Amino acid sequence: MPLKEKVCPSIDAAVADIPDGATIMFGGFGGAGFPNNLIQGLARQGAKNLSVISNNCGTGEGELGVLFKNKQIRRVVAAFPGPGAKYFQEQFDVGEIELELVPQGILCERMRAYGAGIPAFFSPVGVGTEVARGKEEREIRGKRYILEQALGADYAFIRAHRADYMGNLIYRKAARNFNPIMATAAKFTIVEVEEIVPTGELDPETIVTPSIFVDRIVQAAGKRYV
Amino acid sequence: MSKSRLTREQIAERAAMELPDGVYVNLGWGIPNLIAAYVPSNISVYFHSENGILGMGPRAKSGEEDFDLVDAMKVPVTLLSGGSYFSQDDAHVMTRGGHLDICILGGLQVSERGDLANWRVPGAKGAGGIGGAMDISVGAKKLFVTMEHTAKDGSPKIVKTCTYPLTAIECVDTIITDLAVIDVTPDGLVLREVAPGFTSEEVQAVTEPKLRYAAKVPVMPLKPH
Repeated sequence: MPLKEKVCPSIDAAVADIPDGATIMFGGFGGAGFPNNLIQGLARQGAKNLSVISNNCGTGEGELGVLFKNKQIRRVVAAFPGPGAKYFQEQFDVGEIELELVPQGILCERMRAYGAGIPAFFSPVGVGTEVARGKEEREIRGKRYILEQALGADYAFIRAHRADYMGNLIYRKAARNFNPIMATAAKFTIVEVEEIVPTGELDPETIVTPSIFVDRIVQAAGKRYV
Repeated sequence: MSKSRLTREQIAERAAMELPDGVYVNLGWGIPNLIAAYVPSNISVYFHSENGILGMGPRAKSGEEDFDLVDAMKVPVTLLSGGSYFSQDDAHVMTRGGHLDICILGGLQVSERGDLANWRVPGAKGAGGIGGAMDISVGAKKLFVTMEHTAKDGSPKIVKTCTYPLTAIECVDTIITDLAVIDVTPDGLVLREVAPGFTSEEVQAVTEPKLRYAAKVPVMPLKPH
């Protein structure tokens, strides 16, 4: 069966074609499930003027930190930039970075909507708070809701435990987090994995991200970067 | 009888008494995070974590940490028998969708109608962060807030109207502080219990809105320390 070749020989090759100005989603939460090899690759590659979508904004130089340190990012959509996001905070404080702060579940749901072809949806989260500013409000069956827009990206950089050659993915424990949602919401998804196995070796009942959502697969070096 | 306010651990101990057997619970940062240690051994409580864990167990033992299994504060934890893993969007299907029985969050201010402010101090340095608090507050079947009764400068944290940025409106059911247990009801705030050594009038004096209370308000049933 002819298959589009998805397995990429190296991390640097996997990120070589990311252009300046791209919008990129990054999986990961609480130190788990970050595509740290791809992030380091993007730091070496040097794409600038990036918009990023991520739960947080790095821990020191770890996770997304290095991209902020290199001043590769101009805009962020995040739920919790985080007290350890030193380089982000420095640039945010002096107005070099634009931030859109989003409730974490709404960040998920906006991406899920995009991936599912839903352009916008009404949500109860943030009603009566500053999150509602500038958004349409509507009463539905006696309750107040605000209109949230779907959120997509040019690329998703994600991390999984195992992939087969087709790009079916399984994750490990709480390292799953944002990764499967982001895979559905980007035009092009690049995954780094701990192990690549021949197609057919993953139990179809356990596949979390089906191959249709994955465009490029690369072997990660080591289990964790940080 | 001593006149000291409760410690953070004692607030957690009192809050743990609100958990019935068999509930699914999310605990926020700060005092709520101390509560798991006080759940009585004769009941089962299933802890939810926003990063995709249900049935989260205690912190992992030193040397047994798995950094793919962490809680929302990056602490390596464990999974109890019957636990499960899922993605962040499913974790918030549980929060926002009203599937969690009880959520317990920290608070900066709570208003008399149950509005919660807990994510940002006005004028604080940095970008701040919402995290999962807004989704959790909106969706919880019951929302408890654990916090100190007053701010560091002595000003009430239970107020008529929140002046800090809001997390959610009309969401809090019960406030548990170092001085009192207070229920938010359609008729206003009801003082249910006072901390040992304190009177209802003393609690009212450091609470901005009017409290409703019986002539004799019970004392919190804490273990002697």
